[in-house]
Amino acid sequence: MGIPYYYSLRNLWTRRLTTILTASGMALVVFVFASILMLAEGLQKTLVDTGSYDNVIIIRKASKSEVQSGVERGQASVIEVQPEVATGADGQRLLAKELVVLISLPKRGTDKPSNVVIRGTSEASLKLRPQIKIIDGRMPRPGSSEIMAGQSIARRFKGGGIGETLRFGMRDWTVVGIFDAGNTGFSSEIWGDVDQLMQAFRRPVYSSLTFKLREPSEFEEFKTRIESDPRLTVEAKRETQYYREQSEMMAKFLRILGMSLTVIFSLGAVIGAMITMYAAVANRVSEIGTLRALGFQRRSILGAFIMESLFLGLIGGGVGLFFASFMQLITISTMNFQTFSELAFSFTLTFGIVYRALLFSLFMGLVGGVLPAVRASRMNIVDALRAG
Amino acid sequence: MENNKPLIVQIRDLYKSYRRGAQIIPVLENITLDIQEGEFLALMGPSGSGKSTLLNLIAGIDGADSGNIKIGGVEITSLSETELAHWRANNVGFIFQFYNLIPVLTAFENVELPLLLTGLSKKERREHVAVALRVVGLSDRIDHYPGQLSGGQQQRVAIARAVVTDPTILVADEPTGDLDRVSAREVLDLIGRLNTESGKTIIMVTHDPRAAERAHLIKHLDKGVLHEDTKASL
Repeated sequence: MGIPYYYSLRNLWTRRLTTILTASGMALVVFVFASILMLAEGLQKTLVDTGSYDNVIIIRKASKSEVQSGVERGQASVIEVQPEVATGADGQRLLAKELVVLISLPKRGTDKPSNVVIRGTSEASLKLRPQIKIIDGRMPRPGSSEIMAGQSIARRFKGGGIGETLRFGMRDWTVVGIFDAGNTGFSSEIWGDVDQLMQAFRRPVYSSLTFKLREPSEFEEFKTRIESDPRLTVEAKRETQYYREQSEMMAKFLRILGMSLTVIFSLGAVIGAMITMYAAVANRVSEIGTLRALGFQRRSILGAFIMESLFLGLIGGGVGLFFASFMQLITISTMNFQTFSELAFSFTLTFGIVYRALLFSLFMGLVGGVLPAVRASRMNIVDALRAG
Repeated sequence: MENNKPLIVQIRDLYKSYRRGAQIIPVLENITLDIQEGEFLALMGPSGSGKSTLLNLIAGIDGADSGNIKIGGVEITSLSETELAHWRANNVGFIFQFYNLIPVLTAFENVELPLLLTGLSKKERREHVAVALRVVGLSDRIDHYPGQLSGGQQQRVAIARAVVTDPTILVADEPTGDLDRVSAREVLDLIGRLNTESGKTIIMVTHDPRAAERAHLIKHLDKGVLHEDTKASL
């Protein structure tokens, strides 16, 4: 048996102030680390939740997003009659031909313009996204200049509230409804009648087609057939896959940013831990001599000091995560580079992030503690005892 | 002391020197010494005479340049560092001048420490610690930290720690050096009792003639050379 763990813990407690200061440095790093991962996670989760697994989205081949895509009316009609498209209770096909346009709207408060997605929708659009609920007002009437806005838009953009008017496509549009799309990208969109919007923006083609699969397992077969059909220049993706791809670039950017920041910060924290642990070793030289004289092996001493440093890291990690968890209360919006549109999302803490943050804090503790621990374990017993 | 008791410590032709820069300073020269089981030996001598060095060599925490030390039949000069640590845990009880208790551990935990290196169960360890603390008269202080105890009490905890594993030899380096007269007497009484009542072999380094008086045998070291025995006037 080695030196008991409470020896390490109590030593940290004995020099509380140093422990707190050193752990705070680590906590700060873990906070940054966890926050950025939470940000990337929140972004990804928001976009992935936007899609549902049994929905298929059709866009023009090689276009990365709906904004770049165009599906001609003729092609849309071919796809509409495919047998895999599910039929609703009313006998109508659950397929929405949609238009996606980006416009610039001023934000409330600052007047700063930002890009917003306008989605031209058809009757099936809402049925395909059961997570969307009208929370105020009503649906826009087909064939009119009425629109409805997602909650994030209503809150953050000028003219987005119910009863207000927005001007785009050389027309005034009245907001008649506000919808809640939960934690999805639709919350940052404005919806209106697809035909009206196509006229207003002078668009002859749809941006995308979305439909529900009759049988989710039929997707692969459908995709192969559609993509090899010589009449069509489209590709099919599961909606979940499509939105995951939408978030990839941004999430990757955030993660790289996070990692770079963390690596730089952690150098400071590791040096802090190292200084603390060297001081701890220097203050306990005769104790180390005593333990060795009593018969504890070098590796036990090494273990005890590394344990102490790991605890130090763990305290920092715990505190950092504790504060990072409050970030979940914050919703932020930013430009998604891939779609060039504004997207609102929250910091999301997952078990994976907790695990990685704690692992990272332990790693900092280990790196900071290993050299001092080696020094402690290499001491000559007689010299160490004499130092007391 | 009877003379037919078995030898527990046998030292032959022991040399030890320290290096200071390019200079080699001899500390012990040609030491040969036998100690019988149950002996209470006091090593005396002026500062720098090498008495602590000799004690450290016997306790297995320092290495000799040449010569042999056999303790309880084990040639400790030929043990590896790991083996030596293992041997110390089972065979040597240490009593230091400044007690050397671990400040963050209670009296109980300090005494338990050497037992962690044995294969004893938690329950057995608890029993052994209770006995050791009873022997030194500190059963009512088991949850106290060293900082909450007087010097004399701390040294008694240290003695409990030294005897808890029932070691082959007890080595004491100036055990009363940091104590007032009353505490020193208590500690010496205790060490004396361990020798007379429990038959412990004790090797004690001291400056203090009152401490040396308690030993059966006094040996003087001067400039690294061991001088004739002086019988203590018991």
